[in-house]
Amino acid sequence: MTIADAANAHTFVEAIHFIGDNPGLLATKALEQLALSGAALLLAVAVALPLGVVLGHFHRGSNLAIGTSIVGRGLPSLALIAALLTVLGIGFVNNMVALAVLGTGPILTNSFDGVDRVDRDAVEAARGMGMTGSQILRRVELPLAVPLIFTGIRVSAVTILATAPIAAIAGGGGLGDIIVNQASYRLAGVVGASLCVMLLSAVVFLALAGIQVAVTPRPLRGSRVGGSPPRKEML
Amino acid sequence: MSGPGPVIPSFGQGSSCVTGDHLFCWDWVRQHWSDTLGPALVQHLELTFIAVAIGFALAFPLALLAHRFRLLEQPLGVVSALLYTIPSVALFQFLIPFTGLTTTTVEVALVAYTLVMLFPNIVAGLRSAPPDVLEAAHGMGLTSRQVLWSVELPLAVPAIIGGLRIAVVSTVAIATIAAFVLPKGLGYPIFLALKEPTPFKTEIYSAAFLAVALALCCDAVFVVLRRVLVPWARKGLA
Repeated sequence: MTIADAANAHTFVEAIHFIGDNPGLLATKALEQLALSGAALLLAVAVALPLGVVLGHFHRGSNLAIGTSIVGRGLPSLALIAALLTVLGIGFVNNMVALAVLGTGPILTNSFDGVDRVDRDAVEAARGMGMTGSQILRRVELPLAVPLIFTGIRVSAVTILATAPIAAIAGGGGLGDIIVNQASYRLAGVVGASLCVMLLSAVVFLALAGIQVAVTPRPLRGSRVGGSPPRKEML
Repeated sequence: MSGPGPVIPSFGQGSSCVTGDHLFCWDWVRQHWSDTLGPALVQHLELTFIAVAIGFALAFPLALLAHRFRLLEQPLGVVSALLYTIPSVALFQFLIPFTGLTTTTVEVALVAYTLVMLFPNIVAGLRSAPPDVLEAAHGMGLTSRQVLWSVELPLAVPAIIGGLRIAVVSTVAIATIAAFVLPKGLGYPIFLALKEPTPFKTEIYSAAFLAVALALCCDAVFVVLRRVLVPWARKGLA
């Protein structure tokens, strides 16, 4: 990597100026990053949530659910994006799939755990009342699993959003475009864009924590929901 | 393949496999093991080891403090959760104005991430001693310090190993991103390949494979380590 600017604390001041001078560019890039991350999150949820919930309902495949989260943690995002790029080519689809793969682990693990660990007495009581398997799943297990499932989605969303800037190297767009293009934006722009990335992540993290409280059934709103770190999946 | 003629990767004269960018070229791997892949692997291990070692040296006393003065735990926990939401690529760039394009920049960020994973695990481990065990220890006349060193710490070993395991595996993954600011580690060959108009597949696959293999090997080391050190703990505390 060539570096034209001398890096010093003054760069930091220039970076702030860069943000002040280019609000339009940064907003566009931030929206691009949100769109890519949102698409990847939807894909990850669409695949991992039903799978985790069904496996949890039948108490099967705990190794798969746990294994995914361990492999997911050790999977270098840059390697995954690069490897997928050779198959899917440069652009939105490659990056969406790569980010979705990275986001699958927490959702699968937590939706499995959430349903699998529902109090057996509650399930038995529901069965005794004559509920069928799918009724138990929809009316008992899923509502009780909401806090854990949403925690998984939240961890996944933050992971995906945090990885999205790396996707820029494979044509994913977003704020990462500025970070990997020091030749055009100079170090001040790179650092400024990094600051925006941090801010965006923090805002989304806090917003999701707020939404989590809102979607959790009222009786389940304990101290664990909200700002506290996820239980199983280390953020 | 687009453009006029095959794109020859940044280094190596190359066989027909290499110049044609076939799926995987063993001859490239053999030819460049000693100048590219091998050194990258060693650098990657170094980056990871230093980060986790420093991270543990910081997290351990912090955890002891948080264990002793419970008031500290909540703020330290919130700070670490927020810290981990900072994307690694942004954190590396953010540090450049202060520490430049150096290994220090990378290590500061990596250490920060290991803290996030080590601190809560060590604290949870220290908390895991059952109350009656603690009562028995106090009843035997042990001082708080003796309780810490001969009861709570030994019982915390599985959780501490679990934390180290997560920290090492995650750091191996995050260290590939260091290539954005530093020509070191297994991320760098990937980074270079992606900078080409037509990314050279073998370079990407071999470095990616090594990074994943390194993470899995580190994971296995900790599984074995736990079996040796704490044979009584059967279920994972990861």
